[in-house]
Amino acid sequence: MFLKIAVLVLKKDLAIEAKSREILYTTVFFAISCLLIFSVAFVKEGVPAEDAASGILWIALAFSGTIALGRTFERERYGETLRALLMAPASRPAIYVGKLLGMILSMLSTQVVLLPLVAFLFRAPLFARPLLLAALLGLGTLGFASVGTLFAAMLVRTRSRDALLPILLYPITVPVIIAGVRGTSALVQAPPDEAIATLWIGLLTGFDVVFVTLALWTFEPLMTE
Amino acid sequence: MRKLFIPAVVVAAAMFAWAPIGIARVEYESTMLLVQKIFYFHFATWMAVTASVTVCGIASAIYLFRGTPAADHYAVASAELTTIFCLFGMFSGSLWGRKAWGVWWQWDARLTMAFLLELVFFGYLLVRKYGGPGAEKLAAAMGIFGAATAPFIYKSVDWWRTIHPQTTVMKTLGDKFPAAWNLVWFCSGAFLLLFVITLAARVRLEQLRAQLDRAYLAAEE
Repeated sequence: MFLKIAVLVLKKDLAIEAKSREILYTTVFFAISCLLIFSVAFVKEGVPAEDAASGILWIALAFSGTIALGRTFERERYGETLRALLMAPASRPAIYVGKLLGMILSMLSTQVVLLPLVAFLFRAPLFARPLLLAALLGLGTLGFASVGTLFAAMLVRTRSRDALLPILLYPITVPVIIAGVRGTSALVQAPPDEAIATLWIGLLTGFDVVFVTLALWTFEPLMTE
Repeated sequence: MRKLFIPAVVVAAAMFAWAPIGIARVEYESTMLLVQKIFYFHFATWMAVTASVTVCGIASAIYLFRGTPAADHYAVASAELTTIFCLFGMFSGSLWGRKAWGVWWQWDARLTMAFLLELVFFGYLLVRKYGGPGAEKLAAAMGIFGAATAPFIYKSVDWWRTIHPQTTVMKTLGDKFPAAWNLVWFCSGAFLLLFVITLAARVRLEQLRAQLDRAYLAAEE
């Protein structure tokens, strides 16, 4: 029952997204404009700074993820559909998981475009250790999206939600971003340092467990008026 | 509780008055000479931050699940105190770093995490102020997540290669310099007492505000 509700919520979000493709196009385009802006700071005399690629990748991901979070819940607010969802006789954590899965899918699809672009533009051997990189990105996305989905959902009713979401989200998720950046740097350097990357993957797993547990625990009281 | 307030203030004042004398008298630890004296303030401040973050996390969780107004008063009071003590801890650390490392600020693990803790609790206060009606609950979520990341901040020094002293420094200090060790805990006690006193005063203020709000509402009806 729990999974069924989560999948239903996810399907609903995917159906809307498949029609308009608004979130996909806007976040991908925003992530690409981030790359251009970073190139101003991190490219000197035509050569990208060493070690810049991992930071650029993760910050572009975090920024575009925030845009996606804002849009997906703005959509719910505009159509008053979040209230309808919460009034449905469904368990609240299941609704949260459905929204979270949609958010993760959206962030992963941005990465599909972003990864080769970063590798190409900033001369980073990102695909040297594909499995470890996939683990870092997957766990990092889960950590960021789990806090992001909860905060974006709880801020839906507040006036200054656009400004408050990044203010609340970034300090809490900075440990995840640090772990992602350091882990990716260890993979990109020559030769790749697998031990360090694995250490960060372990830390990311720890953050994910804490964040997902807390989010599932607090979603219900936070969404009750 | 209110009967104990004045005696607590007197005791805290006496402790703060004696602390500089004790710090001036205690023996030098070999490597750092005079600079190490700031440690007695620095460590004690961070003990107060730890207590404050813990109170905020627990009070936020109680408020979120039970809706007790008293828990909310404790949460907001301790969040404000966290930002103040954390700022003071970063300030004393900066002074120490200037002498010990030669720089005011170093982007090392512990300092980055302290910066982050400060931002989390500023975020808490911002969402309370600008979140509109019902913002107390949103702030409570921030308090819970902030308190949950705090243990990572504490352990960060042991996990990352950094220049900040590791957390084991306290254990070795206890073995080598018992007098200094005792004094560190005396100073920490003074700061914790200061935290308790300011918390009690701030909670009282919040209670009076809530009473005033209720009185206004009653008068309007």
